[in-house]
Amino acid sequence: MSLADLTAAELLDLLDRGETTSVEVTRAFLDRIEAQEQSIGAFLRVEADRALVQAAGVDAKRRGKQRVGLLAGLPVAVKDVLCDRDTLTTCASRMLENFRPPYDATVVAKLKAADAVLIGRTNMDEFAMGGSTENSAFQVSRNPWDTSRTPGGSSGGSAAAVAASMTPLAIGTDTGGSIRQPAGLCGVVGMKPTYGRVSRFGLVAFASSLDQVGPFAHTTKDAALLLEAVAGYDARDSTSINRPTPRYSQSIDEPLKGLKVGVVPEHFAAGLDPEVEVAVRQAIDVYKSLGAEIREINLPHSKYGVAAYYVIAPSEASSNLARYDGVHFGYRTEQTEMLAELASERKELLDAGDTKAADDMDTALVRMYRRTRAEGFGPEVKRRIMLGAYALSAGYYDAYYLKALKVRRLIRRDFDEAFAQVDVIAGPVTASPAFKLGEMVDDPLAMYLVDLYTVPANLAGIPGLSLPCGQTQSGLPIGLQLQAPPLEEDRLLRAARMFEQATNWNKMRPPKT
Amino acid sequence: MLTRADVEKVALLARLRLSESELETLTGQLAQIVGYVDQLAEVNTDGVEPMAHAVEVTNVFAEDSVEPSLPREAALANAPRHNGRGYLVPAVLGE
Repeated sequence: MSLADLTAAELLDLLDRGETTSVEVTRAFLDRIEAQEQSIGAFLRVEADRALVQAAGVDAKRRGKQRVGLLAGLPVAVKDVLCDRDTLTTCASRMLENFRPPYDATVVAKLKAADAVLIGRTNMDEFAMGGSTENSAFQVSRNPWDTSRTPGGSSGGSAAAVAASMTPLAIGTDTGGSIRQPAGLCGVVGMKPTYGRVSRFGLVAFASSLDQVGPFAHTTKDAALLLEAVAGYDARDSTSINRPTPRYSQSIDEPLKGLKVGVVPEHFAAGLDPEVEVAVRQAIDVYKSLGAEIREINLPHSKYGVAAYYVIAPSEASSNLARYDGVHFGYRTEQTEMLAELASERKELLDAGDTKAADDMDTALVRMYRRTRAEGFGPEVKRRIMLGAYALSAGYYDAYYLKALKVRRLIRRDFDEAFAQVDVIAGPVTASPAFKLGEMVDDPLAMYLVDLYTVPANLAGIPGLSLPCGQTQSGLPIGLQLQAPPLEEDRLLRAARMFEQATNWNKMRPPKT
Repeated sequence: MLTRADVEKVALLARLRLSESELETLTGQLAQIVGYVDQLAEVNTDGVEPMAHAVEVTNVFAEDSVEPSLPREAALANAPRHNGRGYLVPAVLGE
C-alpha cells in the first residue's frame, strides 16, 4: 500500500493530523509516475522539482501552524491548456511548443493560492479538439485499463493520470464532453460545471461560449473539494457568474431527500452498447432502491446536439484560432525559405506569361500566415478551422451558424422543461466503452458522434458529471452521466455521492502496468 | 454540394495553406460533415431567438481605473521576431 493509492480526502486527513507530509505524498505520486508513465503517457511534462519545492513549502506552513489552503499539499495535474506563468503551456500543439505565458490562468492562480502541488501538465488533443488524445502533436495517451485503447479526450491525460493513481486530482476542460467522456472511459469522476461557474481567464480558448474548466478525481467527494478550490466569480472573465461558491466539500455527504431522477428514453436508442445499457439501467435501479423517484422525461432536440455543436464550436474555433498568426507569439514559418518560395512561384508564373495569376499571388505577409498555420496546426485543428470558416462565410451564415444557435436555444428549453419535473437527469456518458487507438482516426464524423450524450450540456450551459457505474466483461469502465440545472453543482455532486456510497465502482483501480 | 474550389477559397479565408492531398481529403471530409449538419434544416425554428451564450449576461462594465498592464518585455517575450520595441513581420508595403 502506497500513499498514492489513497483518495485526496484520505490524504488530506493524514496531512492535517501530521501523520504524513506533502513531500512524502508528492514523492509517492512521483514514484508512481516513474513506474506507470512510460506505458500510459498521461503527462506532457512532469514538474517534479517544482512540485517538491511547493510540497516542502506547504509542510513548513503546517509545521509553523500557519493557515493553509483547501488543497494544502495535495498534488494536482493540470491539462496543458491553462496558462501557468513562465512555464510551458503548449495545448499539445507545435504552434505553442515554446510558449511560456506571462501570467497565470485564474484557475492556476487559485490552485497555487489553495496550496496545491502542481505535479505536471497533462496530454490532450491539440487545442482540446478531439476525443482520444490522438490529435496531440506530441504523444498519444493510453487507457490504464487497457493500454491498446484510448483514455478518451480531449482531457485524456488528466483522466488517465487519475485512473492510474499518478495524481489524486487533475484539472481538465470540457467543450463538448472533454472531461466527462474521458472520465467515463477511464473509470474516474469528472465534472463539467455550469458555464460561468469557473473562470476561463487564461484558459487557451477553443469555443468560448462552450469551454468550461472542471475537476477529475477518484470520488465525488474529492471532485467537490477541487471544484470548490477553483470555482468563483472573476472580473477578468466577463462571462463569469457573480454568485458565491457553495462549500461543496462540506455538504457532499448529505443525501438528497425526495430526489427525482429523470430518465430519457432517447438515451437508450439504437447504437447504445448492450453492456453500457445494462450498467446504466442498474445504476438507475440503485437510485430507486435509495428512495428516489424515477421519471421518464423527453429531450426531443438533443438528437440535434452534435449537428449544432459541430457548427457552433468550429465557428468559434476558427475565430479564436485566428490569433495564431506567427507574429505575436508561437510558431512562425522559416522566413527566408518562405520568401524564396514566393519568388520562385512568381517567376514560374511570369515565365509562363500568366501575369494575372502572378498578380493574384499571396503577399509575403499572407503567405507567412498561411505557411505558419499550415506547419503549426495538426489535421484536426485545420479541419475545424476550415469547417468554422465555411459555416461563417458569406451565403452560409444563416443556414448554418444562425440556425445552429436557434437549435441551441431549443435544446436549452428542453432541459428547462425537464428540470421543472426532475432534480437530475441520469443516462450514459458514451454509447460504448473505450475504443481502440487508431480505430477512428480516419473517420472524423464517427469520432464526432461519440459526443452524442455530452454536447447538449455544453450547448445549454448546464453542469454534468460522469462517475463510474460498472464494467464490461472484458474489464473496461462504464460511466454514468448525471446532469442538473444551471448552478446546481451542489445537488449534482450530492446526487452522485449517494450512488457512490451505495456501490463500490469508485474503488476499482486498473491493474498496474 | 461542397466543392474543391469552395475548400480552396475557405483555406485562403482561414489563412491556411493546404497541400494537394490535404485539399482532396478535406473536400471529402467536410462534405460528409456538412451533409450530417444539414439535418438542422428539418428543425422548425420559426420565432426562436438565436442563443449565442449559455449565460445571457450583457453589458458587463469594468471600473474605469488604471491598473498595471503587461510590461513590454513580457508582451514581446514570446514573439518569433521582435526588435525590443515592436513585432517584426515581412515587408507589407513596397512590393
